[in-house]
Amino acid sequence: MINLKLNKLDVKAEQGWTILETAKYYGLEIPTLCYNEGLSTYGGCRLCLVEIGEGENTKLVSSCTYPVEEGLVVHTDTKRVLNARKMMIELMLSVAPNSKTIQDLASKFGVTQMRFEARNEECILCGLCVRMCAEQMDGKAIGFQNRGHKRKISTPFDVRSEECRLCGGCMYICPACQLRCHGPDPDSDVCNACLTMDPTCVDVYDELQCWMYDAGRCGTCVREEEPNKKDIQNADKK
Amino acid sequence: MNVQTDKVKSFINKYNCKQSALIAILQEIQAEYNYLPKNALIYVSQQLHIPLIDIIGVATFYSAFSLEPKGEHTVKVCMGTACHVRGGPKILEEFERRLEIESGHTTDDKQFSLDTVACLECCAIGPVVVVDENYHAQTSIRNVDTILKKYRKKEKKNEEHQ
Ligand code: FES
Ligand code: FES
Repeated sequence: MINLKLNKLDVKAEQGWTILETAKYYGLEIPTLCYNEGLSTYGGCRLCLVEIGEGENTKLVSSCTYPVEEGLVVHTDTKRVLNARKMMIELMLSVAPNSKTIQDLASKFGVTQMRFEARNEECILCGLCVRMCAEQMDGKAIGFQNRGHKRKISTPFDVRSEECRLCGGCMYICPACQLRCHGPDPDSDVCNACLTMDPTCVDVYDELQCWMYDAGRCGTCVREEEPNKKDIQNADKK
Repeated sequence: MNVQTDKVKSFINKYNCKQSALIAILQEIQAEYNYLPKNALIYVSQQLHIPLIDIIGVATFYSAFSLEPKGEHTVKVCMGTACHVRGGPKILEEFERRLEIESGHTTDDKQFSLDTVACLECCAIGPVVVVDENYHAQTSIRNVDTILKKYRKKEKKNEEHQ
């Protein structure tokens, strides 16, 4: 058993678990994109970033690939993490603004602007299809090619591979293949339709979207009524 | 170009059919044919029991390998930071204009291939152009023609000798 601190809680993890697995075990949600339980980890989307360390020497690591270690201090929701995560979503959005999964992520995490030029590509190189093909379908028909800005996923020589059995596993798992829904403004780069609906259909619980509407913002649901107020009311009655 | 299976086979045998020798084998094939022929790759994949897609991944990752036939001479123009500020892009443009190809491709007569590299670690003598193994220091647009002529001439001389 390994002892570590997860969001100030003392938790125990088993040898070989990743931070993500530990967080899941304790019911903490960390968003992921290129992670899938049935596949090996890849660490390509950086959506699952968490902050580790204490004091000044903290750093951001991808929780899906980082194994737990004794005495590790992890924070999953610091400002730095939230900002980095938003940035990652914004960047992915600029690569594939037509993907429903990424538009949904943008709505969910309040990414309401995109400061980059839309590239309208069909692939964000998360590698899910490559791993799906090789690990679950035993295919090895597709893979990464080239490097740098030319990197792409394709079959050998860009023709239909003999290994491919047309199982469709790659399309099933692809987060970029499903096209975005026709929101109020289908031509815009950032959809955010789910976010602006009232009540919103994404499960965000920030202070603006408290299910008690404005009642929650002030903290009424958690704070006790101030005692002196009561006294004043009582005094008034008298 | 026809690929002789026995030749590829001899490369593979040289390394005892080891999977870990993939890059070495590909280098031999590249040296022999000046590019990696499709059939050779398929053959290597069968012999070493490595999925073809993984071999393609390696072959496309390193710029030392090429899936297209390379020219007789490879011209590499440095695009590293130092050479870039000293006019590397202009020199590349000039090469592209003279050879009538874009960088990364080969002329129709298979004489020259044009490529860019990111820093050759001799920034002091930049902008650097490397043809085959020969370094050309402090090149300028005016030198481009002379460099090309030099290698074209060599060809002709060789022909005369024969
Ligand atoms: S889920 Fe961890 S990097 Fe993509
Ligand atoms: S930048 Fe050209 S040699 Fe370093």
